[in-house]
Amino acid sequence: MMMYTEKVMEHFQNPRNVGQIKEADGIGKVGNPVCGDLMTFYIKVKDNRIENVKFQTFGCGAAIAVSSMVSEMAKGKTIPEAMEITNADVAEELGGLPKNKLHCSNLGADALHAAIEDYQKKTHELEQKTEKPESLPKEKPEGAECPYCEGPIEGMEEYCTSCQLELTECPECRKAMEKDAETCPHCGATRIRT
Amino acid sequence: MTMKRVYLDHIAGTPPSLQVREAMRSCLEDGVGNPQSLYAEGQRARQVVDESRAKLAALIHSRPDEIIFTSSGSEANNLALKGLALARHNQGDHIILSAIEHVSLIKAAQSLEKSGFKVTRVRVDAQGMVDPDEIKRALTPGTVVVSVMSANSVVGTVEPVREIAHICRSRGVRFHTDAVAAVGGIPVDVEALGVDCLSLAADQFYGPQGSAALFLRKGVKLVPLLDGGVQENGKRAGTENVPGIVGLGEAAALALEDMDGRGKRMRALRDRLIQELPNRIEHVVLTGHPESRLPHHASFCIRFVEGEGMLLHLDMNGIAVASGSACASKSLKASHVLLEMGIDHTLAQGSLVFSMIDDTTPEDIEYLLDVFPPIVEKLRRMSPLYFEYLEKLK
Repeated sequence: MMMYTEKVMEHFQNPRNVGQIKEADGIGKVGNPVCGDLMTFYIKVKDNRIENVKFQTFGCGAAIAVSSMVSEMAKGKTIPEAMEITNADVAEELGGLPKNKLHCSNLGADALHAAIEDYQKKTHELEQKTEKPESLPKEKPEGAECPYCEGPIEGMEEYCTSCQLELTECPECRKAMEKDAETCPHCGATRIRT
Repeated sequence: MTMKRVYLDHIAGTPPSLQVREAMRSCLEDGVGNPQSLYAEGQRARQVVDESRAKLAALIHSRPDEIIFTSSGSEANNLALKGLALARHNQGDHIILSAIEHVSLIKAAQSLEKSGFKVTRVRVDAQGMVDPDEIKRALTPGTVVVSVMSANSVVGTVEPVREIAHICRSRGVRFHTDAVAAVGGIPVDVEALGVDCLSLAADQFYGPQGSAALFLRKGVKLVPLLDGGVQENGKRAGTENVPGIVGLGEAAALALEDMDGRGKRMRALRDRLIQELPNRIEHVVLTGHPESRLPHHASFCIRFVEGEGMLLHLDMNGIAVASGSACASKSLKASHVLLEMGIDHTLAQGSLVFSMIDDTTPEDIEYLLDVFPPIVEKLRRMSPLYFEYLEKLK
């Protein structure tokens, strides 16, 4: 299929690290507000290094390939290194993703980071530390890009120039959302269809 | 060795049959003239267009002069809804359509809304069936057009068009039906149905892409979309797509000739798949109506897995199918048809549509039944939803 790169198709067909880890040190569950994909990442940490990663994914070919790639990229990395894995890195390692599938790469990185945060929370609790764990930097400010394909949006355009979706401003959070969408992908505000 | 392909995406378009290709080839090779020209070449072109018009009229039991050739089902739908509504704008401003219409009608209605029309979208039941009484209730003194599809391509449900047409006629309201998914697959008789206007497309019954038509009952007024020449009785300007029209005519003749046989063969394949798939795979839901459905159409939602993943794996095994899942669509939205039927987003993600064509054999269906379960199994093994379900069973 021309839509996906060979690398994506290879990971989709032979996904690495599928499954669960019993007694995982961290579990990250994320869901995609755009299309309803779900991902769960499990990590086992030893000496501040990700010793093992497993994932479960409900989603399209891109979501499965992204999960597999993220799991490979994270394995063996230290916690700070793994936290630095970005959506863009994952997409690049896969040789690119179709624009309307880029949000799948967000999901992969988010699930991994959520698992790490879960691990950090648990270890902090174990060490009885009361101070708040360092907040993790957000990669990009939201709203400056199309929430569906991540194409850049300058100001409030009527269309995303990348994926051609009709956009409008969410009445709640003022960020860009699809014109006909019932739910804002940023803040989850539901609009009543007229 | 190249893998044998099993094409099960009738709803995306059927391959043109041999006779259609031959008719179109000889039309192109003859180098016919413009049907509007008065000399011999033009008159010959007019003659083949008229012959095709007669063949199509025979298929749907209309008069030949009630056929308007168009470029696509979408164009026919736009012409019907906008054309009928605008022609009666002085009598009212209300339009009714079902909630599961094709996107070309949904968007055409939205565009009419922008120019002042009011639109009522009538809900369907869990099988995708429109209730004629709901249409009756939605009618107002200002209603000018009602549009309900003959059959739905996502879930296969065949709608009670005759009853709805009767209601509209008795109230003096124009009725259009999008019969793109139905014509050529099931008998469609515009007289018996009592419709004013009906859309159809050649690529749904082994004719070429880019060739479609609108039936418009004689005497029914319609405002054209395209301004220009006198072609198609002034209803659709632009030089005729002569080879496309010839292909459509040939496809119509073949459909009429083999309607019963084709229906019987398709139904046998469909019923085998609908009966056997739930025996091979657990947690499979048939979408659409179990009886009132297109003979070539079997559609399901497979729980705990997503449609695009299944589609890609089937493709790698040589099988072409469609999905109504959000991920499989460019707009990342699940098919509105599934959601309108009350199917939740997660289940809708597992949508697959198998639609058979003339070439489909019983062996193809057996091959699908063998290949498909391991694919679902593989995807379920990595699905968090499936594990949640298994956990709950414990």
